[in-house]
Amino acid sequence: MSHDHDHDHDHDHDHDHDHDHSHLSPTELRVRTLESLLVEKGYVIPEALDEIIETYQTRVGPRNGAHVVAKAWTDPEFLNWLRKDASAAIESLGYSGRQGEHMVVVENTPDQHNLVVCTLCSCYPWSVLGLPPVWYKSTAYRSRAVIDPRGVLAEFGVTLPETQAIRVWDSTAEIRYLVLPMRPSGTEGWSEERLAGLVTRDSMIGVSLARRAEEVSS
Amino acid sequence: MNGAQDVGGMMNFGPVVPEPESIRFHAEWEKRALGITLAAGAMGVWNLDITRSARESLPPVEYLSSSYYEIWISALSRQLVAEGLITEEELTDGIVRSPAKPVPRVLTAEMVGPVLKAGTHYNRKPEVPPRFAVGDQVRTRVMNPWHHTRIPQYAKGKTGVVDKVHDVFVFPDTNAHRNGENPQWVYTIRFDAQELWGADADQTVTVSIEVWESYLE
Repeated sequence: MSHDHDHDHDHDHDHDHDHDHSHLSPTELRVRTLESLLVEKGYVIPEALDEIIETYQTRVGPRNGAHVVAKAWTDPEFLNWLRKDASAAIESLGYSGRQGEHMVVVENTPDQHNLVVCTLCSCYPWSVLGLPPVWYKSTAYRSRAVIDPRGVLAEFGVTLPETQAIRVWDSTAEIRYLVLPMRPSGTEGWSEERLAGLVTRDSMIGVSLARRAEEVSS
Repeated sequence: MNGAQDVGGMMNFGPVVPEPESIRFHAEWEKRALGITLAAGAMGVWNLDITRSARESLPPVEYLSSSYYEIWISALSRQLVAEGLITEEELTDGIVRSPAKPVPRVLTAEMVGPVLKAGTHYNRKPEVPPRFAVGDQVRTRVMNPWHHTRIPQYAKGKTGVVDKVHDVFVFPDTNAHRNGENPQWVYTIRFDAQELWGADADQTVTVSIEVWESYLE
């Protein structure tokens, strides 16, 4: 499909297009300039930008992943499906798409803790965790996660026993990883929904553990 | 290309600073940067590997002193100029001076949901069997091509074990330069930390990367 754009029409920008940019930082000015050029040339549509932002602001975020984890904790069949074909199992809950096309779930056990990083850029499972946090994209995390994972964990307040091995997954290809944290003790009989409240974003990246039962109000 | 993006194992970048998961954006401009980057990508003029290559081709000093959304914006600007969609002059003052070029697709608000939901799949139908099997000991090649590549410096010339045979995937080294998809088998290779970092490394740590088959000897 070829898009022939009509340059004579008037755009109805929903953002102001004032020419006094003195109050903007250089970065703000660059982004605003780029956006207005893209819109004026018809390459992007403002309403589509709003829809993208709204999607990642409110609809696609770490609660998706928490749902996956809580279900895996309570449903052995689902857990088996996750082990065999994580992409399909996760899609069955309605989570699929951009940066979650090829999913692998890695399970924490008393013997092995898993930690996910992308040293080369910022690969991250958007479909289940949403946008990556700023530290995940930082050179501090990307550089150190592979050489000093215990040091990185300490910065998140986590100290693992020496007997628990650490497996670091550097996402260098299109596979995206979701860490399945260990189910906290004292949660027997909890509903899936209540369990999901224990599952933090950081625990699904592997820089943290699921919250303890006593950390959430019942 | 080895460069500033390839930071695995480097030291002295400072502490990792956690942040609450309720924070989605740190400023209004980050939202707009996300929106225009995804919407421009959806035009279908370039692919993900071209985009990654553009980001890591920024001068090292600029790359390392920019936030990730700033890297996105710098690379997007370069890509738009390289494709002739926007001129340098237009970027400087924001005044449109040249006609728009036809592009394969313009993303509408209605298309956003379905497009994001569908994603872009990079696996392809296997035409040859994989050379390696789970448990095989393998060694990664030592290579420093000038083109885009996805093997980190720290894992070059290292011996590890095949942990998983995934599927056949588009090869970024050629796809990033419009030299074809050339799909190859992708494997997860697991290394002991001592193989990567030396005798003093933590013996309880293993690190894995994904490699395309031609990254292996």
